[in-house]
Amino acid sequence: MSGRGGCGPCWGLLLALVLALGALPWTQGAEQEHHDEIQGFQIVTFKWHHVQDPYIIALWVLVASLAKIVFHLSHKVTSVVPESALLIVLGLVLGGIVLAADHIASFTLTPTVFFFYLLPPIVLDAGYFMPNRLFFSNLGSILLYAVVGTVWNAATTGLSLYGVFLSGIMGELKIGLLDFLLFGSLIAAVDPVAVLAVFEEVHVNEVLFIIVFGESLLNDAVTVVLYNVFQSFVTLGGDKVTGVDCVKGIVSFFVVSLGGTLVGVVFAFLLSLVTRFTKHVRVIEPGFVFIISYLSYLTSEMLSLSSILAITFCGICCQKYVKANISEQSATTVRYTMKMLASGAETIIFMFLGISAVDPLIWTWNTAFVLLTLLFVSVFRAIGVVLQTWLLNRYRMVQLELIDQVVMSYGGLRGAVAFALVALLDGNKVKEKNLFVSTTIIVVFFTVIFQGLTIKPLVQWLKVKRSEHREPKLNEKLHGRAFDHILSAIEDISGQIGHNYLRDKWANFDRRFLSKLLMRQSAQKSRDRILNVFHELNLKDAISYVTEGERRGSLAFIRSPSTDNMVNVDFSTPRPSTVEASVSYLLRESASAVCLDMQSLEQRRRSVRDAEDVITHHTLQQYLYKPRQEYKHLYSRHVLSPSEDEKQDKEIFHRTMRKRLESFKSAKLGLGQSKKATKHKRERERAQKRRNSSVPNGKLPLDSPAYGLTLKERELELSDPEEAPDYYEAEKMSGGIEFLASVTKDTTSDSPAGIDNPVFSPDEDLAPSLLARVPPWLSPGEAVVPSQRARVQIPYSPGNFRRLAPFRLSNKSVDSFLLAEDGAEHPESTHM
Amino acid sequence: MGSSGSHATVIPDGDSIRRETGFSQASLLRLYHRFRALDRNKKGYLSRMDLQQIGALAVNPLGDRIIDSFFPDGSQRVDFSGFVRVLAHFRPVDEEEAGIRDPKQPEPLNSRMNKLRFAFQLYDLDRDGKISRHEMLQVLRLMVGVQVTEEQLESIADRTVQEADEDGDGAVSFLEFTKVRMPLGTLRVQTGWEGSGNQVQCRAERGALREWGEGLWGRGRAWGRKSEV
Repeated sequence: MSGRGGCGPCWGLLLALVLALGALPWTQGAEQEHHDEIQGFQIVTFKWHHVQDPYIIALWVLVASLAKIVFHLSHKVTSVVPESALLIVLGLVLGGIVLAADHIASFTLTPTVFFFYLLPPIVLDAGYFMPNRLFFSNLGSILLYAVVGTVWNAATTGLSLYGVFLSGIMGELKIGLLDFLLFGSLIAAVDPVAVLAVFEEVHVNEVLFIIVFGESLLNDAVTVVLYNVFQSFVTLGGDKVTGVDCVKGIVSFFVVSLGGTLVGVVFAFLLSLVTRFTKHVRVIEPGFVFIISYLSYLTSEMLSLSSILAITFCGICCQKYVKANISEQSATTVRYTMKMLASGAETIIFMFLGISAVDPLIWTWNTAFVLLTLLFVSVFRAIGVVLQTWLLNRYRMVQLELIDQVVMSYGGLRGAVAFALVALLDGNKVKEKNLFVSTTIIVVFFTVIFQGLTIKPLVQWLKVKRSEHREPKLNEKLHGRAFDHILSAIEDISGQIGHNYLRDKWANFDRRFLSKLLMRQSAQKSRDRILNVFHELNLKDAISYVTEGERRGSLAFIRSPSTDNMVNVDFSTPRPSTVEASVSYLLRESASAVCLDMQSLEQRRRSVRDAEDVITHHTLQQYLYKPRQEYKHLYSRHVLSPSEDEKQDKEIFHRTMRKRLESFKSAKLGLGQSKKATKHKRERERAQKRRNSSVPNGKLPLDSPAYGLTLKERELELSDPEEAPDYYEAEKMSGGIEFLASVTKDTTSDSPAGIDNPVFSPDEDLAPSLLARVPPWLSPGEAVVPSQRARVQIPYSPGNFRRLAPFRLSNKSVDSFLLAEDGAEHPESTHM
Repeated sequence: MGSSGSHATVIPDGDSIRRETGFSQASLLRLYHRFRALDRNKKGYLSRMDLQQIGALAVNPLGDRIIDSFFPDGSQRVDFSGFVRVLAHFRPVDEEEAGIRDPKQPEPLNSRMNKLRFAFQLYDLDRDGKISRHEMLQVLRLMVGVQVTEEQLESIADRTVQEADEDGDGAVSFLEFTKVRMPLGTLRVQTGWEGSGNQVQCRAERGALREWGEGLWGRGRAWGRKSEV
């Protein structure tokens, strides 16, 4: 196994971990400083108190991070047990150590630390990377589950617990109805931290994912409102609650949720505006993102609105403009920092959940209460999900099926938010606080550990049950896959996203007002340039581009002669047992790179097969291109870039482009060369004029993969829109190069209403971000793609572009090819 | 071109198209909007380059072939009825429709046979009614990554043809093609409420076959959809 091999360093790590662990209780013990009389001058003094607090914090963070490393050493363990569960267990162990050493529980997850420092990064990360289009298309369902679902959960749990209490099974407890409702409201909410931690392991389809994800984020408003309402009711005393208070409670829900959203949007606006002007302070650009988002969180917290909603919407709304405004490196920095903070915070949260559990003071056990809570929480969630899904399915076009419902109900995990809320309770008003705390801890542990552990096998069992237990024949595989591709293509042609009235309206509004205000002029201009549709391409340049590329062997579809590393397994001397061993080795080694076909591999093992047959099947399995829906990887807290998809896209794109260029070439060569020449000349002239305009800042990825296409894009941009009609007779000639323009709009006007311009979809990721390389045509369903994105796709192409229109693409010095051009880089004019 | 001012009467030959393809009025309207959106210069028909503009097709291995299927018999233009006719192959099958179909009328475009015929025509470039080994090889080349060598591809093509070929002529005829049990998908074209009232969201349903393509913790959908065969 991978762990066994390099075990020396593992032991080193473990030792470091143990040392760090050992240091902790010792530091606790070393609190007492002995203030002896100072005799003479001390050269070196031990000033523990001086550094105590930050030291302990840093040490905890270190321990958590080291623990993560240790976990991931064993691939077997992490593939079965979700990381969150492991961290909780670790926390329990640590808590036990600290307790044993000190007999007091000194470290707990305090609500303050949690709500102010640990939760915001996670939620910001969720909001910033939220797939907006998907989110807003499913917003109705998400809201239904978040609002109605949470209220349902809270009410049913609280009331049934109360009912059971009345029946006396629970024994003597000093609780009233309101306490039960309060408890129900805080245990009802699905937790974003826990949900994502588990759903990352279980890859679900995008609709299901976004619904659960969105629900876990948006139900905060409901939770906050219910919690506050019931807490104040409890404080008032049960008998003093009037109808007016109830009405006020309902009103407060709307105020809290809408207010929180509004705060978030306002701060997103501010953030976008600020980043518009940060051109000269690039180094601190990333800082703005974090500071302003954090301020939105704190502001709404201050106004007692829903802070999670605020920071979520801040992230969602600012995405597009921030990504357009800040430089490429800053975007990278923001991404990585966010992921690091979020991941780190999540680790610490889970670990502290474990530690906080080891606190003898808080432990109160009431069998009936605990068990019934567990039961009610699960059962009522399942019922709620089924009911709401039935209702939704009457209105949704994408139906939610039984499996989706199972996953949704089973995946409704409770997490640290519930724990923090329960810790916040006032022990004087809520007499049975300790009981609540213990129960919450147990529920959280149960859902995270048990449900997290079993959800994967459950899903797999359900999945396997539905598929055929039959040997897939080569033909079936091939043609089935072909059909998937066909369906993807038909989907794209018929316009999966279609004409959404609201979306069009928003896109219009955004383009006319918001983008002008919030996006840098350079970003706007580059976007506008795309708008100007052009149908021509300089033929000579295109041909030369392709031939250069071929000559230098840079186009990806040229196959390398060496085929040794084709498959991970050595099939050269196949025997059934060897093949089997290899297959299982393969399974273990490359879980993500290879498309594993569990079933066929199982069947392989069982029957004696022709060796060549195995090779054939395996090759096909491994190397067949996957259809679009299969590999789109949506959101992950720990993973930044899905890179294999791009490889596939690059290959296919090259192939397609080459074919089209060839057909274009052959069609074109016979036709009017002179026509082209004059057009070419005009383009050059225009190129001169355009040179001085500012260019998009740094939208090219650092390793300049696609500048070849970019330059072509520039070529295309130069052509005058008015030329299009007269050039249109020769439309079939330009067909080959046409697509490279990949522009969206009609040439004549800015934007005839109703045409879906994907550039301006609210969720559009304008900048081909280096790390989140979702290829443009894979961004949720845009019909036509802004060509800027296309740059991401082409690998390094010849740098000798003197023949092509000399055109400044970016003021980023990193792009080496720019230096290959005339070398005189005009400093980007300051357009604000 | 928003939600206003678009009536079915604007669609040329709307009624006959509807009868032929079986799309509902609303779906047809949406497709017409889509057609107009793709037709950037308002020519009234689509050319190859209009379809090539769709970026997603450029990264679809069969993208170009599918575009070609819109232009049968070497024509360079496709009008709205031709456009819809191709898409109609993937219209979801109504259960009632399947039951009470009048046997005298021609098979609806989205029957299994017609879907298979559509796919068959994608493979069979020379229109001789058979997929030769060479054509299979070409398709394979399109659909497989660059790491696979030519020899491997040829052997896979050989085996594929052998598997399906029953009468031993070294090529796969349409009849033999239909005998392959593969799950076909359908495109669901409906109007829905999610988001707004005027919206078409097409969604392909994948068959159970896709589950084979996923490993234990593989990416993508964890479970398949209903398969329509």
